[in-house]
Amino acid sequence: LRKNVEDFTGPRERSDLGFVTFDITADILNGKSGLQTFWNKNTLIIFDWNVKQLFLYLSAEYSTKNNALNQVVLWDKIMLRGDNPRLSLKDMKSKYFFFDDGNGLKGNRNITLTLSWNVVPNAGILPLVTGSGHVSVPFPDTYETTKSY
Amino acid sequence: GWPRSGGTRGRTAMDLFGDLRRMNKRQLYYQVLNFAMIVSSALMIWKGLIVVTGSESPIVVVLSGSMEPAFHRGDLLFLTNFHDDPIRAGEIVVFKVEGRDIPIVHRVIKVHEKGNGNIKFLTKGDNNEVDDRGLYKEGQNWLEKKDVVGRARGFLPYVGMVTIIMNDYPKFKYALLAVMGAYVLLKRES
Repeated sequence: LRKNVEDFTGPRERSDLGFVTFDITADILNGKSGLQTFWNKNTLIIFDWNVKQLFLYLSAEYSTKNNALNQVVLWDKIMLRGDNPRLSLKDMKSKYFFFDDGNGLKGNRNITLTLSWNVVPNAGILPLVTGSGHVSVPFPDTYETTKSY
Repeated sequence: GWPRSGGTRGRTAMDLFGDLRRMNKRQLYYQVLNFAMIVSSALMIWKGLIVVTGSESPIVVVLSGSMEPAFHRGDLLFLTNFHDDPIRAGEIVVFKVEGRDIPIVHRVIKVHEKGNGNIKFLTKGDNNEVDDRGLYKEGQNWLEKKDVVGRARGFLPYVGMVTIIMNDYPKFKYALLAVMGAYVLLKRES
């Protein structure tokens, strides 16, 4: 996972709003970036006969003074069985507004972005899996005033 | 006279008929008790599930298409609601809005948890454009643990359709109950 912090405006309604742009490179077959080919039968197959789809989501996790744990989903995608299991997305903007509950993004050095997914079977258990590999994003100490997003 | 099987020699037709009626009554009571036992067992299993999963409603039917393509109307969901299970982003939760009876199945997209365990979170249906704030109570911006009926742990497609049909067509429900009742009452154990 790679990401860039673009700008950071706020506060709106007295809460910090963060903007993050990111690249996602993921090989869902292995749960991590790798060089295995799709057709190699020896790889760990996440998309087996009982997997209908994967619900992927990129979440930002961090701590603030107000709240010991915060998790915000920035982006999600539904990957159906048969879709290309390799993701290579560049310069993505977050799908959802990254609002904090309070002003905890300013100067926060340790925001961790992780890619996880929910396996939806044709029938059976619904596990949540976190991909290996995550990235830390620091936010700057100052606010930026209006910038077009 | 006509040849008779042993035991009926010397009995009148009325006696025979009386025998038959008495036997049927006893058998009827037996069938009713059987039926009551089945119903009690079913209730016990349901209550047991409630205890084991910690959820007031461990099995729910998906009523809307707001979580498609993962879940469709009529799918069955199995829930747990363990007190120590933290609520985390990405999880599928079933919750009830205060004052409303209908449980809603959506995904958690934002979590803010304080050090003391106080947690508030926001949900959104996969198939919806916007988050659920429009569904919450007036002025309510977040959900809390007390609103949660359970977390979806497993699922079976289509199986819940029966409950939806029974809801939409009550005559079907009564017919089904009548058939089930008749079957249990009239079934003879050999």
